[in-house]
Amino acid sequence: MELTKEDMVKLFTTMLTIRRFEEKVSELFLGGKIPGFIHLGIGQEAVAAGCCFPLKKEDYIANTHRGHGQCIAKGADIKILMAEIFGKATGYCKGKGGSMHLASLDLGILGANGIVAGGIPIAVGAAFSAKYRKSDQVVACFFGDGATGEGAFYESLNLASILKLPIIFVCENNHWAEFSPQSTHMDIEKVAQKALAFGNIKGETIDGNDVITVHNAMVKAIERARRGEGPTLLECNTTRYRGHYEGDPQKYRPKDDLESAKSNDAIERFKTFLLEKNIVTSKNIEDIEGEIKPKIDEAVKFAEESPLPLPEETLKDVYS
Amino acid sequence: MPETRYVRAINDALKEEMERDPKVFVAGEDVAIAGGSFSATRGLYEQFGKERVVDTPIAESSIVGLAIGAALTGLRPVVEIMFNDFVTCAMDQIVNQAAKIKYMFGGKPKLPLVIRMPAGAGMNAGPQHSQSLEAWFTHIPGLKVIMPSTVYDAKGLLKSAIRDDNPIIFIENKILYSLKGDVPEGDYTIPIGVGEIKREGRDVTIVATSQMVHKALKAAQTLSAEKIEAEVIDPRTLSPLDKNLIIDSVKKTGRLVIAYEAVKFCGYGAEIAAIVSEEAFRFLKAPIKRVAAPFTPIPFSKPLEQFYLPKDTDIIQAVKEVVAN
Ligand SMILES: Cc1ncc(C[n+]2csc(CCOP(=O)(O)OP(=O)(O)O)c2C)c(N)n1
Repeated sequence: MELTKEDMVKLFTTMLTIRRFEEKVSELFLGGKIPGFIHLGIGQEAVAAGCCFPLKKEDYIANTHRGHGQCIAKGADIKILMAEIFGKATGYCKGKGGSMHLASLDLGILGANGIVAGGIPIAVGAAFSAKYRKSDQVVACFFGDGATGEGAFYESLNLASILKLPIIFVCENNHWAEFSPQSTHMDIEKVAQKALAFGNIKGETIDGNDVITVHNAMVKAIERARRGEGPTLLECNTTRYRGHYEGDPQKYRPKDDLESAKSNDAIERFKTFLLEKNIVTSKNIEDIEGEIKPKIDEAVKFAEESPLPLPEETLKDVYS
Repeated sequence: MPETRYVRAINDALKEEMERDPKVFVAGEDVAIAGGSFSATRGLYEQFGKERVVDTPIAESSIVGLAIGAALTGLRPVVEIMFNDFVTCAMDQIVNQAAKIKYMFGGKPKLPLVIRMPAGAGMNAGPQHSQSLEAWFTHIPGLKVIMPSTVYDAKGLLKSAIRDDNPIIFIENKILYSLKGDVPEGDYTIPIGVGEIKREGRDVTIVATSQMVHKALKAAQTLSAEKIEAEVIDPRTLSPLDKNLIIDSVKKTGRLVIAYEAVKFCGYGAEIAAIVSEEAFRFLKAPIKRVAAPFTPIPFSKPLEQFYLPKDTDIIQAVKEVVAN
């Protein structure tokens, strides 16, 4: 599946929407409007956008605490998303989950997760179900480099490999697990090397800040999954601009690490590509920006004006 | 006595015990270079180096296993689980391994290890970062479970825990980390298994744990203005429990309210209620009341979390109900 010009504009729009959405979340959080913990994926937009673009609506994703981007890329309505992050009754989870627990089964979003690697076994279960139901669906399971330290990661890959499940394990390798660089929690260079331990898993490391590369690799992985040939461990090297959580002073982070990350900006790179290939003009880019801004403002307005859940709501939904 | 904060008291206890005994080491996620997610291990890496202050991958089960293996072979590990909630990833190592090793191996092995973790809600951290899971551990023979409520207790009990030869679950509280309190200069310990009367009173006994101790004390102050004198007891160690302290108090007051932050159903307070019913029933002038959280996960949104959390006003109401009897 080659990307058309129109597709590329869509991809760019998604990436920019994620960026502007999260910048706004950051601003609102630091301004005291959003409670709890916020983890942003600013700098990592190409992975979310590139991986979700080739998924069908019926396909599933499972993601993490750093999960706004994948939800937007999988089709979440940013108004409802913002409302959830605010803890409002109109949010995807009625305010019960918040930023770390965004989910919408209607959109195939099985849930962001507050437990590192907690979503990986669940994604395997969804892939099992897809195969069992012969539904032709696939699952994209997102997690960070740090999550590969958990036993659940290895158990899940093994099970998915043995059963040849239609799943793509997408490691968003931003090279940081909280305050620890990758080198402190792994002594191999690439997460994808871990695929070698499993017979049916194909491991691949790609430039996760190049959205077209991400997209094309994902297309191949999805085709492989749908053909019943087994899972792919797709390691997307990318960059985390913000702290682990909003408010993290990042004292542990060398200055040049952040600077070199920013010089490899996924959005800037894609923009340059689109301009150089004459796919868009500067005016088009301005127009896209111009369309996104009011949508973000509208999302904030919706979230701000939405009611908080009633206290008694606490007691509902424990059981079906 | 110098004043310090709860988290600093934890930090000082770790530092002093590491200075005292070279067998003591610390391990966990981001405990070394970053000094811990809540700064409880700050400065230890600089002082003791990477052999004794070990950053681990995100791998709770292996962190606890590391502690067990090291303890079994002569070291005294103190490991950190970043949030109480994440300890569920390590339950086999804790419940089937650490808790049973001494007993099932015929009593000979010693297993001197401490697993520290912060519990508690109140930060809008949502369902997977706010729980109080102490009752999971108190149900398991072989584990000692400590849950200090004050700065003084936190330091003295952590020191005792590190010197103890058994696996210890040491549950701190996120909200209490910034609490200020006095600690004496120099070394002191508080014996494990000994509770404390935090406030004396004749009309009702309030047994409270962790941050609920402070809410109980606040409630007691309000009640005092209405001529109801509450006795507030903090067991400090949940297992083994200093049950006579509670029973003697109930014998005096004839009334019992139990306040804890966890889910009420099958929570730790149920055990206290049962013990008092079994052993001091004829002294009770009113039914026992529990003030605890509803039977739900902990919701993210502010008004929901506020609704969820047991409050000092709930304690006041419960006390009034039992005193009316
Ligand atoms: C089981 C568990 N252990 C620890 C944590 C605390 N924690 C939250 S995010 C995180 C780092 C995760 O790193 P990575 O998987 O690389 O994802 P990233 O944050 O970089 O997106 C840690 C240790 C947790 N939430 N769950």
